[in-house]
Amino acid sequence: MSTRVWVPRDAGALALGAEATARRLRAEARATGADIELRRNGSRGLYWLEPLVEVEGAAGRIAYGPVTEREVPDLLAAGMLQGAAHPLRIGPIEQHPWLATQQRLTFSRVGRIDPLDLGAWRAEGGGRGLARALELGPEATVNEVVESGLRGRGGAAFPTGIKWQTVQRQPPGQRYIACNADEGDSGTYSDRMLMEGDPFALIEGMAIAGIAVGATRGFVYLRVEYPHAFEVLGAAIAAARAAGLLGADLLGSGRSFDIELRLGAGAYICGEETSMLESLEGRRGEVRVRPPLPAEKGLFGAPTVVNNVITLATVPGILAGGAAAYREFGQARSRGTLPLQLAGNIRRGGLVERAFGLTVRELLEVYGGGSASGRPIRAVQIGGPLGAYLPASQFDTPLEYESLAAIGAMLGHGGVVAFDDTVDMLEMARYAMEFCAHESCGKCTPCRVGSVRGAEALDRIGRGEDRDRQIALVEELCDTMLQASLCGLGGMAPYPVLSAMKHFPEDFRRRGAGH
Amino acid sequence: MSGANAPAGPVDESRILAIVERHRHRDGPLLEILHEVQGALGCVPAAAVPVIARALNLSRAEVHGVVTFYHHFRSAPPGRRVLRLCRAESCQAAGSRALERHLTGRLGIGLGETTADGRITLEAVYCLGLCACSPAAMLDQEVHGRLTPDRLDALLDAGAKVKA
Ligand SMILES: Cc1cc2nc3c(=O)[nH]c(=O)nc-3n(C[C@H](O)[C@H](O)[C@H](O)COP(=O)(O)O)c2cc1C
Ligand code: SF4
Ligand code: FES
Repeated sequence: MSTRVWVPRDAGALALGAEATARRLRAEARATGADIELRRNGSRGLYWLEPLVEVEGAAGRIAYGPVTEREVPDLLAAGMLQGAAHPLRIGPIEQHPWLATQQRLTFSRVGRIDPLDLGAWRAEGGGRGLARALELGPEATVNEVVESGLRGRGGAAFPTGIKWQTVQRQPPGQRYIACNADEGDSGTYSDRMLMEGDPFALIEGMAIAGIAVGATRGFVYLRVEYPHAFEVLGAAIAAARAAGLLGADLLGSGRSFDIELRLGAGAYICGEETSMLESLEGRRGEVRVRPPLPAEKGLFGAPTVVNNVITLATVPGILAGGAAAYREFGQARSRGTLPLQLAGNIRRGGLVERAFGLTVRELLEVYGGGSASGRPIRAVQIGGPLGAYLPASQFDTPLEYESLAAIGAMLGHGGVVAFDDTVDMLEMARYAMEFCAHESCGKCTPCRVGSVRGAEALDRIGRGEDRDRQIALVEELCDTMLQASLCGLGGMAPYPVLSAMKHFPEDFRRRGAGH
Repeated sequence: MSGANAPAGPVDESRILAIVERHRHRDGPLLEILHEVQGALGCVPAAAVPVIARALNLSRAEVHGVVTFYHHFRSAPPGRRVLRLCRAESCQAAGSRALERHLTGRLGIGLGETTADGRITLEAVYCLGLCACSPAAMLDQEVHGRLTPDRLDALLDAGAKVKA
């Protein structure tokens, strides 16, 4: 009887050598006459253990990691296929505390199934949300999403059900679902993991959205930096069409919905929803003036639901299990779970999906295990390049929308980047301005010009020239950007800059005498 | 990558028109067309702009404006291999600034430039979604995480042997 062995094909695992591991496993098994069935899964998100190889046996899936190509012969000789002891043996993977303490709703299947195996997807609950939405009809489906308390996971945290309601109530005509898969924030990769690990969840979520608001067409706007996600999602869309999950007659309901996959072209601003719509229409990704909202006048002028990958992929579970069950998770106005992503200088980086409310410190220490360098963690940036830097004195803040807003920070898409005590916060502040200048769509002056001048002023501070005046100038520029920018790029780039100056003033006063 | 070091100048119009034809039925087809042109030629050459503009009934300025807006589109063909180094925060926290200095020093070129022998183009990228394995880079379509200067050197040397 053949033994089933799992090796992830997630881009993060591939970046650590998973393809070579898979090749070597096949070759060594052939050479030694071992009968294996090599299967590919997404990543479970324990990246410090990737490539994580799992052997399926009577006792469940036994993991070994990190298994580089070089380790394969030794592992096979030690009896890995029988789940035998070895220094790299992790044990039954689902009992690993890092996973067992999580509450994986959106990521329930990621890393467990072959992402393109529709049978396995169905066996693990796939398709139930869509079936229930078809049963409930549009009104009740939207109500379910409203009731769940789900807020957009792309960054702005707008209530998803309310957005759907707005689109549903527009005058009859063409409507669209536009999935934002631009995931440009540094420190975030949950969209990528989901698309590579369980693409049918996103497809199902989009189909439900389509039924709910009366849209027959959807677009996924995927960043070009994600070629692996492009491949998996493209294959999944084709498979879903063949299986009647997409197309003219969804699951025999007589309703139609289909998805077109589009590629971005390396512009961070195209993650901003109106810029994304411009880009989908084949134009420069310049931000649109609001109103009208995309929900009223979006893609090609039609009412459009714009939602993030995680938002949409969370919807099937809400429909299948009911809004009440989803609301049980979380606290106050942050309901449900959030897939947090640990990144930067961290010992155990990876994906932690839990109900809202974990503190920054718990995430960094219990899950992250401290910095990778072994030095103290001096700062974290939460929510991508437009998010504030937090000093250690703020690490007891819960990772939840309102608590972070109260200290001038934001959760964004849930990325948490750790820096050890070798970080130069002046350099990070300068980078924030440089990035804003590099990615500005150019439509408004505070962002386009302010960011360039801000970077120059920070350079001068770095050289110790005219320090006090330059610090005042940076504060002034930030103030103008905060007040007068058309969108969040110019409007939020000051957060990392001002928080760095406020919490780490010593880094800005190291050189020069002032005046 | 194909089309490396192809002479800039005239382009094969029929090839570009064929690409336009394949995407004309789409709504808002321009980005899709530019992606395919760059896939085929390694870049979107200036000479392709009027051809695409005419075929789509757009002005040259409009097409040019789109090509230049997006960092991904190049106007000149890249070297035989393209190394995209991530410069974003998570990778900085894990040492990408040192990697960048090492690379530019070793290759004698800056980001966005190609070595004189046409062997390699160095590009900046802002997050590859590999932030749990920072610092990260992409060599052509291949992803690499937890890079060190030594590992980068080994990658480039291995590439040089294979492609020589
Ligand atoms: C500069 C900027 C970049 C953004 N980038 C992204 C992104 O990459 N992905 C995303 O889902 N939302 C991004 N957003 C938020 C979107 O504008 C929008 O709020 C979101 O896609 C709506 O979906 P949601 O409600 O499901 O979160 C960005 C916003 C700004 C201002
Ligand atoms: S703030 Fe910057 S990115 Fe946003 S619209 Fe203005 S110029 Fe464009
Ligand atoms: S910041 Fe470098 S891969 Fe995300």
